[in-house]
Amino acid sequence: MIRASADSFTGDAMPRASAAGKLRVENLGVAFQREGATLPVLDDVNLSVRDGEFVCLLGPSGCGKSTLLNAMAGFLQPTSGQVLVDGEVVRGPDPRRIFVFQERGVFPWLTVAGNIGFGLGKLSREERAKRVQHYVQMVGLQGFEKSYPHELSGGMKQRVEVARALAVNPDVLFLDEPFGALDSITRMVMRSELLRIWEAERKTILFVTHDIDEAVQLADRVVVISARPGRIQQIVDVDLQHPRDISSPRYLKLRDGILSQIGLAHRI
Amino acid sequence: MNTLRSLEWLRPVLFLLALLVAWQLAVFLHPHQLMPGPWKTAHGIADLFPHGLIARYVVASVFRVTWGFFLAVLVAIPLGLVIGWCQRFELAVNPILQILRPISPLAWIPIAILWFGVGDMAAIFLIFIGCFLPLLLAVIDAVRAVPAVYINAGRNFGLKPVALMRRVLYPAIVPRLMTGLRITLGIAWLVVVAAEMIAVNSGLGFLIVDARNAGNRYDLVVAGMVIIGVVGLLLDYGVRSLERTSSLRWGFEEKR
Repeated sequence: MIRASADSFTGDAMPRASAAGKLRVENLGVAFQREGATLPVLDDVNLSVRDGEFVCLLGPSGCGKSTLLNAMAGFLQPTSGQVLVDGEVVRGPDPRRIFVFQERGVFPWLTVAGNIGFGLGKLSREERAKRVQHYVQMVGLQGFEKSYPHELSGGMKQRVEVARALAVNPDVLFLDEPFGALDSITRMVMRSELLRIWEAERKTILFVTHDIDEAVQLADRVVVISARPGRIQQIVDVDLQHPRDISSPRYLKLRDGILSQIGLAHRI
Repeated sequence: MNTLRSLEWLRPVLFLLALLVAWQLAVFLHPHQLMPGPWKTAHGIADLFPHGLIARYVVASVFRVTWGFFLAVLVAIPLGLVIGWCQRFELAVNPILQILRPISPLAWIPIAILWFGVGDMAAIFLIFIGCFLPLLLAVIDAVRAVPAVYINAGRNFGLKPVALMRRVLYPAIVPRLMTGLRITLGIAWLVVVAAEMIAVNSGLGFLIVDARNAGNRYDLVVAGMVIIGVVGLLLDYGVRSLERTSSLRWGFEEKR
């Protein structure tokens, strides 16, 4: 039942469609060993993501969505199954696929420019400075190039991390609740900034969140994950054009559909 | 407000004065003791200056501390980075570190003399021994406290182990390393005095034993102690200001 619903959306059942996938997760299972007991975290996850697609992984805390993202990025070896990018099995982290942590990943010992240029060691000095300046502008941090992270707000640090990731020109971005630590107004701003950047650069984005609104506002598809062990419960196509009207009936219908799918009533 | 501040500054000075008075008084009440009073000690310090002896001895001691300390820093930081990074390596060396740790650096004095004879090398070796282990353990602890996100981010950008150590691990431990360096330099200053009392013929430690052996000049003994305290304080102040600039730049102070 679960497999069937996942397959019907991803088209995994048809080899032609899966071959076109940028990133594929095949029968992925992850189990942790805790005090001698085996704790299954993810069970038989199958997913295919198209090139340039924006996919949100949505689920309650502890459902294994971060674990799934870490396995896709190569930080974690799956217990069973595999992850493929461009048909190649993922065996570790790779600069072609950058993981954006919450703003915690910014290096405190480097300036904004130093952080953004971190992955550009192979370029010449001028080339690097040009690239850094381009992404400083893209995330709107002009004038802060020489600032250290502790002088920046949470939202600005998050911009630094996104810029650092984009600067190495990756195919895929993994974002693990990137705006979770920000206040709600900054979060809204960062969402539209991210969409603007995504529309300009067309990276494949996998975005973990526990915020239903965030998922429906951002994603082409929302992958709803159930808890313990984490399984794909449903994949929802968000057939809304950007910029999205978040009070339109279609938006609300999609959001409410996911709400009830997760088992939450519409009232508090 | 202003008067209160000046009072606060006055308090330790007054306390010090009171102690000096009590000391002088105690010496005055027991005239047959060899222990000099503060007045005689001040005379002792004044006696040492004209000969240029004191400058020579301070330079000799600081020279040994500098060499022993920097050799220890040079070896302990890279080694600590590798041991802290590689868990298997750490498991292998940990028992030997734990056995070596409780051995006082002074216990190495006979071996130092056996290997290097009486002279600078023996003293430098002892300071190296005294600094190396505490610094190594500090580096290992600091590496283990580095948040995994920094290491993961470094790996994500394709850094190989050596580059990862240089560009991520090392800068990440600098704030903690500064504290370790300060403590270690304090140890070095403790060890140099003891080493000089036995293994060499110059330096502040030698001044103390020499003054005692050459006719119970306890005024010079205490004068030497005071100078050791003052130089030690200056060394600590130097590292502290280094610590402050680095933590200010990184903003680690804010987070604490």
